[in-house]
Amino acid sequence: MGYVLSREAFAAVIADLSKNYRIFAPVRKEGAGRFTDVDAVIYDYVCDSEKIELEAKSDYASKEFLTPLSETLLYFTENEVKESDLDTRPVLVFGRSCDINSLKRLDQIYLDNGLAKDPFYKRRRDLVKYVLIGCGHSYDNCFCVSMESNKCDDGYVFSIDLVEDNIQSNVPDKDFDKYFAQHCNDKKDVAPRYVKENEVKVAVPDSVPLSVITDALWDEYTTRCINCGRCNYVCPTCTCYTMQDVFYSDNGKVGERRRVGASCMVDGYTDVAGGGQYRRKNGERMRFKVLHKISDFKKRFGYHMCVGCGRCDDICPEYISFSNIIGKVYQASKEVK
Amino acid sequence: MGKLDINVGKLKKNAFRYSKVRGETASRIRIPGGVIDSKSMGRVVEIAEKYGTGVINITNRQGIEIPGIKLTDMEKVNAEVQLIIDSLRINQPEKGKGYPSSGTRNVIACPGARLCPFGCYDTTAFAQKMENNIFPNDRHVKIAFTGCSNDCAKVRMADFGIIGMTEPQYNKDRCVACKACINFCKRRSVGALELVNGKVVRDTDKCIGCGVCVAYCPTRAWTRSREHYFRLVIMGRTGKKNPRLAEDFIKWADEESILKMVKNTYAYIEEYIDPNAVEHKEHIGYIVDRTGFEEFKKWLFEGVNLGPKAEVNQRVYWGGRHYDKYGG
Repeated sequence: MGYVLSREAFAAVIADLSKNYRIFAPVRKEGAGRFTDVDAVIYDYVCDSEKIELEAKSDYASKEFLTPLSETLLYFTENEVKESDLDTRPVLVFGRSCDINSLKRLDQIYLDNGLAKDPFYKRRRDLVKYVLIGCGHSYDNCFCVSMESNKCDDGYVFSIDLVEDNIQSNVPDKDFDKYFAQHCNDKKDVAPRYVKENEVKVAVPDSVPLSVITDALWDEYTTRCINCGRCNYVCPTCTCYTMQDVFYSDNGKVGERRRVGASCMVDGYTDVAGGGQYRRKNGERMRFKVLHKISDFKKRFGYHMCVGCGRCDDICPEYISFSNIIGKVYQASKEVK
Repeated sequence: MGKLDINVGKLKKNAFRYSKVRGETASRIRIPGGVIDSKSMGRVVEIAEKYGTGVINITNRQGIEIPGIKLTDMEKVNAEVQLIIDSLRINQPEKGKGYPSSGTRNVIACPGARLCPFGCYDTTAFAQKMENNIFPNDRHVKIAFTGCSNDCAKVRMADFGIIGMTEPQYNKDRCVACKACINFCKRRSVGALELVNGKVVRDTDKCIGCGVCVAYCPTRAWTRSREHYFRLVIMGRTGKKNPRLAEDFIKWADEESILKMVKNTYAYIEEYIDPNAVEHKEHIGYIVDRTGFEEFKKWLFEGVNLGPKAEVNQRVYWGGRHYDKYGG
């Protein structure tokens, strides 16, 4: 069923929803950007529809509910361990098509990559339903059409499109009809908007020959990239984490285990016992990241990891374009054939 | 050239230079904050071509001097300068008569947060606000604004140097211990951060509020404070007697207090300026030297309510060379 709502009616829907759900949505954080008086669009919990940023692409991805940047998993003392508490109220995560398509990748890594399912991921995953924010247009650096994640036919309970100051919602999940039916201004069939063409188009090679690994194309990134890891932290499909076992300083017998986001670009990622480090150069790290996103993951799971949201390009302080690198890899792969 | 009969004192206070070339002057265009619109710049060019020699000097304090102007053309130049004065929103008691004063020097500013990634506040806007707060004024005071502790505007050579600060806000839930802030604070700033149990601890005494941690944080664990803060450094100077750098006076000061303290300084000058000073000019720093810092401070703080974060250095000691006492 589809609905048309005024801003006020939409506010009433969100207010009702937030009685039963925690709403995790992109929020414009005033002055939270890198530079003075520059905003950042970051995910947070909201109860008020006005707080939800429906226009701009978020700087950071929606994965932060499922895989928080920092999460305490358990507490330990002497012979006892206690799993950390988790708010078990159901959660609605607002995301664009790229975000919802990224969910399949996150599930793949945490739930369907070997025998064990990650319990700390799963306990969050079980709480989540997704809300689709339609894309009326493509944003800077988006290349979702090339990565076939510009559209999602399912995987969301309702959609939101801001069209001329009205909200249009398609509600495929019948459980959510009641929220809309009582506040809507009009009922009509609406389809979530999606992007049919991006300015940025990439050709992804079907397979990447081994010779690309030693190709000179990576060399420039050894000096251009500053290995800050922003590209990873904003990426909706990056899943790497590292652990912190911490002992409270005033009582060394008590502590906690944390899981924090990790980046394959940042120092320490490939450190091994004895002082070894597999990828010292930033160019090597870039190669690993890019090939993981558009080749290695596919070899294992049959589809690309990258969803083409372009957030890595948006945030790179050194103006390195990931989509441009895909193009270079495509060229280098073609030359070999 | 006919008979010249010029009131040189008046000429100087009207922002014209006394030139070594007899019969000539230079028109001084004061540009608060160093930002001028391109139309006004075009007018500067026109004046230089029409009344000067087609040459424009960019001054040390972000002003412009148009040299080679005939003393007899001053009134015409003043008429043409009016549109520039209007556009720069200079306080002026009488239109068409040029800049009304020249004693207090142009308030300068680095590009600040309008442009610079490290700028902690809009330096241009604050400089323009300061200009309106104190001009027209003939007292010898130099004020300079810089966006961050890099001090590109060299505010430590001014009587009032305003250095932008931000109080870094830490959200530990967004911190992944990548150590970018720690490394960059150490390499580019003062090394006020350390990792304790996987999270970052900031030494608040050591922190200079430069914002380097915020700029390098890849996850927005570090963000800037909503309030813009300032370090106020005072009484730096160049010159013959006792050149010295400005010293720290207040850390985490606020905009309103700074405006008020500078305004108060002028009342203090009126009270204590040497009545026999050469050309009735005495540099503020030397007046403070004479009355003592405690007396100056009394005047400075009149009606000022510093914010709760402000840390005042109650005893300020200046160094520098004392050529007037110990020779060169």
